[in-house]
Amino acid sequence: MKFMPVSTTTEVNSMKIAVLSGKGGTGKTLVSVNLASAAKASIYIDCDVEEPNGHLFFKPSNIKEEIVAVKIPFADKALCTGCRKCVDFCRFNALAYAGGQLKVFENICHSCGGCVLVCPENALTEKERTVGIIQKGESGNVSLYSGFLNPGEPSGVPIIKKMIHDNNLKRASLTFIDCPPGSACIVMESIKDADYCVLVAEPTIFGAHNLNMVYELVKLFGKPFGVILNKCLDGENPSQKFCEEQDIEIIGRIYYDNELGTLNSNAKIAVRESEKYKTMFASLLQSVMREARHGTTVNPKR
Amino acid sequence: MVQLLILSGKGGTGKTTVAGAFIELSAAKAYGDCDVDAPNLHLIMPQQTDAVKSDFYGLPKAGIDTGLCVRCDFCRQSCRFDAIDNDNDYTVNPFACEGCGVCEYVCPAGAITMNPAVSGELILYTNNSVFSTAHLKMGSGNSGKLVSEVKKQMLSAAANAEFAVVDGSPGIGCPVIASISGADMVLIVAEPSVSGISDVKRIVETSKSFGVQLALCINKYDINMTNTQSIEAYCIKAGIDFVGKIPFDPQAVEAVNSGKNITDFDCLAGRAVREVYSRTVQLLMAGEKGVKYAHKGIG
Repeated sequence: MKFMPVSTTTEVNSMKIAVLSGKGGTGKTLVSVNLASAAKASIYIDCDVEEPNGHLFFKPSNIKEEIVAVKIPFADKALCTGCRKCVDFCRFNALAYAGGQLKVFENICHSCGGCVLVCPENALTEKERTVGIIQKGESGNVSLYSGFLNPGEPSGVPIIKKMIHDNNLKRASLTFIDCPPGSACIVMESIKDADYCVLVAEPTIFGAHNLNMVYELVKLFGKPFGVILNKCLDGENPSQKFCEEQDIEIIGRIYYDNELGTLNSNAKIAVRESEKYKTMFASLLQSVMREARHGTTVNPKR
Repeated sequence: MVQLLILSGKGGTGKTTVAGAFIELSAAKAYGDCDVDAPNLHLIMPQQTDAVKSDFYGLPKAGIDTGLCVRCDFCRQSCRFDAIDNDNDYTVNPFACEGCGVCEYVCPAGAITMNPAVSGELILYTNNSVFSTAHLKMGSGNSGKLVSEVKKQMLSAAANAEFAVVDGSPGIGCPVIASISGADMVLIVAEPSVSGISDVKRIVETSKSFGVQLALCINKYDINMTNTQSIEAYCIKAGIDFVGKIPFDPQAVEAVNSGKNITDFDCLAGRAVREVYSRTVQLLMAGEKGVKYAHKGIG
């Protein structure tokens, strides 16, 4: 395998690639961090806002922080008559009227704004409540966006929305989106704008079972996708078997390797540490880009 | 019932493998899988009987009757979740709709109704033990609510069980928070990587804000001894009971892939997890609620 710089046509430049896996710990961050580093220039967005790890690898500089806030209702005691219309309206049970005043369970509020609309006394207004932060920074050839959900907060969706929206400003760039594990709303939000999805799977029955779940998810959203098999060992690979049965494109394989494992556990970017991994991930990046270009032509984003 | 919840913050550290071992070792009469996003416990806990399955209804989803719609655009402007499209007709994107009902409220034509929507499936096995699990429909919200239902289902089907093991989900968000409620102890399965350490601190902070007792073990501890030592040191500093270390063991992968429990094999990881188990139980039984059951023995 020879190292070849990835071509920088406009088509490639504006590609958004989401890296996901149903199961946690399969190597999403390993793959997205190293692919982003192997590209000539790229943007990396860490959407795993519950447990963000990308910044530990990139150790960015020129950090700018931005607070992410959601709107929550706030009652003017003098105007509230205790009619409970807002309490009845709120489907999330985030409001209660007790002890002569309106109580807002801030953690449960989904910020729909319904209570403010239904209040006949105009007693409710909205105030901002911080749920987390976004850090923007630079690390060599990579521009970094990391979201951090405040512990105790239930949903990171507002942070992801804001990061992905902000990133539209720099549309003309190759972007890697490091997604949270699972297949629920937070993952959906992360892949919504992606042009291509890379599914990372590990060689266990857990891995195969959860690969099936994200496979269903990307199919449901009509996203072109391919699989990278990580931690490949000799012997049985249930995830590979699943891909073969479903006729899913295997973009590449990363073999279980102590050296890579150690680098990764020390939050080192393998591509920046050794020629061997630079060559390996550059070649993997080429395969991903080839598949992504092919995938998006054959199956354009809806 | 004494409830032990297994969490990790970071995914893939070995929660399910440890949970499976604990269920076997304790002969727990009740256990549950709260990772409704990507449930796996059923893969290593084969069941003799068929499950009882029931639909899980999350919040309703809005639907627009295009015949009644007057295209005033109020619904689209009022929706905070960008769930209403007006490409041709006004339609609701069911994946974005959170079911708040604002659109129905603002619609002047009565064209919008809120309709019940299935957002997952609850699954209950009742053999010698009760096993409660579920899976969330693709791309659904409401995972916290489904987690609460999994636990409710487990509690009502195994009201007399003294000990329950619950497998949690990765992260620190709503499903995790929902699973912590009612747990008597959280056992964190940590991984000795820089990422793992960062994630442990975040799950500890989250668990502590709910005032639950914490214990921690390290899985695959020998892949990075320096990081293992920092986690042990962190536990001392943070006042978390450290209950042991499990080595990386290819036989554990083999066990999982053959749908078995690591305690079924005489392997290094299996032996280590037994030690982690006995220390965890000691701590649990020393707790306020544990004392009540201690004389009966767990299980």
